[in-house]
Amino acid sequence: MSRKILLEHIDVPGINTFETYRKMGGYRSVEKALKTMSPDDVVEEVKKSGMRGRGGAGFPTGMKWSFLAKPEGKPRYLVCNADESEPGTFKDRYLMEKIPHALIEGMITSSYALGAKTSYIYIRGEYFYVLRILEKAIAEAYANGFLGKNILGSGYDLDLYVHPGAGAYICGEETALLESLEGKRGNPRVKPPFPAIAGLYACPTVVNNVETIAAVAPIVNMGGDEYAKIGIGRSTGTKLISASGHINNPGIYEIELGLPVEEFIYSDKYCGGIKNGKRLKAVVAGGSSVPILPANLILKTANNEARLMSYESLSDGGFVSGTMLGSGGFIVYDEDSCIVRNTWNFSRFYHHESCGQCSPCREGTGWMEKVLHRIEYGHGKLSDIDLLVEVSKKIEGNTICPLGDAAAWPVASAIRHFREEFEWHINEAKLSQTRNFGLLAAHEAPVK
Amino acid sequence: MNLAFSEQALALSKELMKRYPEGKQKSALIPILHIAQAEFNGWLSSDAMDYVASVIGIKPIEVYEVASFYSMFNLKPVGKCVLEVCHTGPCAINGAEGLIAYLENKLNIKVGQTTTDGMFTLKAVECLGSCGSAPMLQCGVNYYENLTNEKADDLISKLKTENRLQAYTDIK
Repeated sequence: MSRKILLEHIDVPGINTFETYRKMGGYRSVEKALKTMSPDDVVEEVKKSGMRGRGGAGFPTGMKWSFLAKPEGKPRYLVCNADESEPGTFKDRYLMEKIPHALIEGMITSSYALGAKTSYIYIRGEYFYVLRILEKAIAEAYANGFLGKNILGSGYDLDLYVHPGAGAYICGEETALLESLEGKRGNPRVKPPFPAIAGLYACPTVVNNVETIAAVAPIVNMGGDEYAKIGIGRSTGTKLISASGHINNPGIYEIELGLPVEEFIYSDKYCGGIKNGKRLKAVVAGGSSVPILPANLILKTANNEARLMSYESLSDGGFVSGTMLGSGGFIVYDEDSCIVRNTWNFSRFYHHESCGQCSPCREGTGWMEKVLHRIEYGHGKLSDIDLLVEVSKKIEGNTICPLGDAAAWPVASAIRHFREEFEWHINEAKLSQTRNFGLLAAHEAPVK
Repeated sequence: MNLAFSEQALALSKELMKRYPEGKQKSALIPILHIAQAEFNGWLSSDAMDYVASVIGIKPIEVYEVASFYSMFNLKPVGKCVLEVCHTGPCAINGAEGLIAYLENKLNIKVGQTTTDGMFTLKAVECLGSCGSAPMLQCGVNYYENLTNEKADDLISKLKTENRLQAYTDIK
């Protein structure tokens, strides 16, 4: 289950340079695609691979590509979403920083498949140092004839640019990203039309996550059918998991989808167990937006089956007892963690990041933050708990983009699974101000 | 309005505008605002924004509405070194709150304030994508990760010695 595809050569010294990357077999997918395949052949292989978007939504990439409109006389664009901002997620940064050519290669092969002559990588502004790494790699690709005019004598031209954002979680939403790339505020667009019909500059556009695009290269190399054999069921391939929180070995792990969650948390090959020998309390498995699950439900489904790291297994039980794979941002909480404080923290995040277009999100995230703050600081009322659930329900499904849902789910799920902890904060208001569910550490949070 | 880019910054801005199709040069607005912030002491005054509008050939309001939307653009003066401590979820449970308190105490300012010598501004910011190396902070183009009080002390001394504007872009 520890199959490495994207990170196969991560430990090779100099893998960030064109020379070494090429020596290790890099850019083969570009040669194969441009010399022996039609663009539609490439799309077909990606479809066969069954790969699902690695940014969070998990939509099949091949299908997304097949929706791309191809009207005469209009350019088409491929835009890479490198706006990685989902709390708990740092895999794209790792991949771009360590193996920048993996993304560039994927961009060239994918752009060819989609018929894009100009492609952009939209990277969050905070990652400016990664932008420099990518620009250097792009310059190397140009110098070696993999970008620019008439690539490898195929007659195919492609220009590739990196474009920085400037600090806005919402720009990870694909239409907000396109607005931002056009030099505007990151306000998500009303859909339809979808970007496949009218995206960047109102032209047909595909927006894909960094990891998704990087995975296109191995898919083309090994063939979609082979890739589909990796993983489990409809969760094909490997996935980069960002592991953080109270674990012994935080970092990025490439796993074959289907790995048991228990093995991922406790094996020394991965998270290495809970820090300081403590017990597991809860996990947010796919970035801050997905429902939090208590230890028993993250390790086993409600049917008492082992929970696996796959799209299907993690969502087994729906939102009653399940969660989502999301972006693979895996945040682990030990027994001393304060769920109320964590939920307040996440709500503050969504309130800060709401673009303000839709009232349910703009106002609702603010209310949730305020109510959670007063519960956390010992001024809550028991009716606040149902009030939070009600506000979260009024946001969910009532906004232009999924940020509303992303803000609602962590609150609703925390109350669903940890209601008694919220009640304790309210009933023991005096204590909660100083002792936080009997747990001093969570409030003082001393620096190591 | 007497502001103007250095020759190098202006040339880079013109170069950036060529990356986008004819008539879509406004796309370069965010990259050029980053340059402007690095050119003009780490923040964007209305003069600076008006100047950027003139460079791209768009209306000033188009610049204001964008500059005010994104958290990396400072619309008020800041210190030479803006210390941006991530305080979202994974960082919060791994020492971010303690780090912020330590820096507040050490620099004798609160979050959002600037030291009287104009050297440091302290900010608490949302997720910087460094969740596995908490607590951490960003200053200019650099990430400083797995911080301890001692490492924070060293960083502050280093930045004091360098005594220069720490910009997100490293064009200077």
